[in-house]
Amino acid sequence: MSVRPNARPVGQKPPFWRDRAKRALIFQLLLVAAVAAFLLYIVGNTQANLEARGITTGFGFLSNTAGFGIVQTLVDYSSQSTYGRTFLVGLLNTLLVGGLGVLAATIIGFTVGIARLSPNWLLARLANGYIEIFRNIPLLLQIFFWYFAVLRTLPSARDSLAFGEAVFLNVRGLYLPEPLFESGFGIIPATFLVAIIASIVLVVWNKRRQDATGKRLPAGWISLLLIFGLPLLALVATGVPVTWDMPELRGFNFRGGITIIPEFLALWLALSIYTASFIAEIVRSGIQAISHGQTEAAQALSLPRKLVLRLVIIPQALRVIIPPLTSQYLNLIKNSSLATAIGYPDLVSVFAGTTLNQTGQAIEVIAMTMAVYLTISLLVSMFMNWFNARVALVER
Amino acid sequence: MLNKKHLVLLASAGTLALTGVTTVQADTLEDTRNNGAVQCGVSDGLPGFSSPDDQGNWQGLDVDVCRAVAAAVLGDSEAVDYISLNAVERFTALQSGEVDVLSRNTTWTTTRDTTLGLNFTGVNFYDGIGFMINRDLGVGSAKELDGAAICVQSGTTTELNVADYFRANDMQFDPIVFDTSEQTVGGYQAGRCDVLTSDTSQLAALRIQLDNPKGSMILPEIISKEPLGPVVRQGDDTWFNIVKWSLFAMINAEEYGINSANVDDMLSSEDPNIARILGQSDNYGEAMGLEADWAYNIIKQVGNYGESFDRNVGMDSPLEIERGVNALWTEGGIQYAPPIR
Repeated sequence: MSVRPNARPVGQKPPFWRDRAKRALIFQLLLVAAVAAFLLYIVGNTQANLEARGITTGFGFLSNTAGFGIVQTLVDYSSQSTYGRTFLVGLLNTLLVGGLGVLAATIIGFTVGIARLSPNWLLARLANGYIEIFRNIPLLLQIFFWYFAVLRTLPSARDSLAFGEAVFLNVRGLYLPEPLFESGFGIIPATFLVAIIASIVLVVWNKRRQDATGKRLPAGWISLLLIFGLPLLALVATGVPVTWDMPELRGFNFRGGITIIPEFLALWLALSIYTASFIAEIVRSGIQAISHGQTEAAQALSLPRKLVLRLVIIPQALRVIIPPLTSQYLNLIKNSSLATAIGYPDLVSVFAGTTLNQTGQAIEVIAMTMAVYLTISLLVSMFMNWFNARVALVER
Repeated sequence: MLNKKHLVLLASAGTLALTGVTTVQADTLEDTRNNGAVQCGVSDGLPGFSSPDDQGNWQGLDVDVCRAVAAAVLGDSEAVDYISLNAVERFTALQSGEVDVLSRNTTWTTTRDTTLGLNFTGVNFYDGIGFMINRDLGVGSAKELDGAAICVQSGTTTELNVADYFRANDMQFDPIVFDTSEQTVGGYQAGRCDVLTSDTSQLAALRIQLDNPKGSMILPEIISKEPLGPVVRQGDDTWFNIVKWSLFAMINAEEYGINSANVDDMLSSEDPNIARILGQSDNYGEAMGLEADWAYNIIKQVGNYGESFDRNVGMDSPLEIERGVNALWTEGGIQYAPPIR
C-alpha cells in the first residue's frame, strides 16, 4: 500500500467537509435533530388530534377515585383509593411475582444445570428431560396448564385439603397461618443482625489468619450456627412473643392468615419453571466452557474436588453465565405481563387493563406502563452489568 | 387476546399520532356509502345481544341496531361489517375509527359520554347489575354475600358498581377479574368464585350456557342502573343523528303498531303519525342525508323494537327476559322515543 501524497501545505487545516471526524459528527447531529423533530411532531400532532376529538388528556386522572377492588394488594387499598394507588398496587404485584420468579428460577436453574452434568446417569437424564420439556412449550400454555389443569381441579373451599389444621389448599388458593408479632419481638431481628455481622467478621478474620498461618476454622459452619442459632436462642429466651393468626372457614371463604391466590401460584410456577430451563442450559454451557485442563491443573495442585469447583471452575464459569442470565431475568419480568390471561392483578391487568378502560386515557396509561417495564429492565441490567464487571476476568 | 388488545391500542395511538388535524368533521355517512357497509362494533359473543348463530350470521338486540343503521343509510340491513370487540378494546376501536357504531351492551355513564370523545345515542336496553350464585350455597339475598369471592369482567361498570354496593352495605368481597365473559364463567364454574356478577340480561344469557343451568340462580337484587345503548364518535353530528333516529324509528314503529309484516299495508294508512314515520307525507330523512323511506327500510328489514326484543332476548328466545322496564311508556315501561315530525 502506498502512502497517499499530502497535497496541502503543512500547517493548513483541511476544510471541515474533508475532515472525516467532523463530517461524522455533523451527520450524527443531523440525524438526532431529525429524530427529535419527528418525535416532537408526533407528540404535538397526537395532542392536537386528541383535543380535536374531545378526548381528555393529561395525568390528572391519577388523583381520581378508582372505585374498583383488587384481590391481592401489598399496600393498603380500597375502592376509595386513587388511580395513582392502583398503579402502585399493580407495580408491587408485578415486582412480587418478578422478584420471587427470578429467585426460584435461579435456584431451580442452577440445580438442574449442574444435575445435567452429573456422572449419575439417571439424574443427568432427568435434568435433560426437564429442560427439553419446559423449554419447548410456550409460556402462555404453561401458565394455562398450571392454572386451569392443576389449580382449578383442587377441591372447593368447604372440602379443602388441610395440613394439620393450619395450612389449607383449595381452588381459591393456599391459606397459611400469619405470624403476629407481640411487643418484645424486636430483639429477634436484632440478634439476627448481630449474628450476621459476627459471621462476616469471623470469615474475614479466618481468611487473614489462613493467609498468615495456613490454619483455618470451618467458618462456614460456625456462621450458619450463629445466624440460625442466636435468633432461635433469643426467641426461646423471650418466651416466643409470636401468636399465629390461623385461617378459618367463615361464611364463603377462609378468613384470617395469609392467602396466596391461585393466579399468583400459577404465574409464579410457570414463570420460574419455564425460565429455569433456560438458566439450566446457560449454567451447563458456562461450566462446560471451562477447559478440562483447568480442573486437571487444580487437581494436580492437590486441591480437593469441592475447592476445585468453588475456587477454579465456578468463578470462571460465572463470566460466561452472567450476561445471558441477565437476559433471562429481563425476560421473566417482562413475561410476567402474561398475568392478564389468568387474571392475576399485575400492572398490565389493573392499570393497563381496568384503569385504562375506566378512564379511557390509553396513551397516558400505556406510556406509563411501558416506562415502568423499561425502568425495571434497565435497573436489572445495570445491576447485572455491575455484578458482571466484578466477576469478569481481570486481564493483565 | 393480550396481543390483540395491545395491537388495537397501539394502532389507535398510531392513528392519532399520524393523521392530520384537518379531518375534524369527518364524514362518516359518505365513507359508509363509499364502503358499502356499516362498520359496527359488537361483543365477543353474548347470546341475545350479539352473537353469531350456527351459520355464522350475527344476531341479537345490539346487532339489530347495526342492521337498522345499515337499512337507513344503505337500504340494505345486511350491509354490515361486524367487528367483535371485548370490553377493554371497545372504546379505543371506536375512537380510532376501526368501527363507526359501537353497539355492544355498553353502559351510558358521564365519564364515557364526556371524556372519551364519544356520544351515546340512546338506550336500547335498560339493565341493572345482578348476582348469580350456586343454589347449593343457600343464599337468598345479595345482603348475605359478605366475604364472597366474585367473578367479574375487566373494564366494565360492573367492576365499579359491585365495589360501591359492598362498600355501601359494609361488606367485603374478593374481586376475581377476567378479561372475557367466557373466562369469568369458567372461573364461576370451577368454583374460583362464589358469585358471578354482570348485567342481569347477561347473567340470563350466561346461565343457559352453564353445564347445569338449574344449579344456579340469579339473586333478586338489582344493584345499579345500566342503560345500554349505541355509541358514536363526537364531531360528526349527521352520523350521530342517523344512529340516534334509527333506534327511535324502531321504538316509534312499535308504538304506532307498525311491524315488518304490516309495513307495506301501513304505507296507505290515514294516520298522520304513521305517514310521517314511513316518509309518505314528508321527507324527514333529507336533513340526515337519507332517503324518505329510511324508516320504512328499517321496519321492513329489521322490524320494530318489540319484534327485535321478542326475537332476541324476549319470550321467543331462549333467554326469556320479561319486557319489564323495557316495555313502551304506554305499556308501563320507560322506553320512550321522541316523535318523528
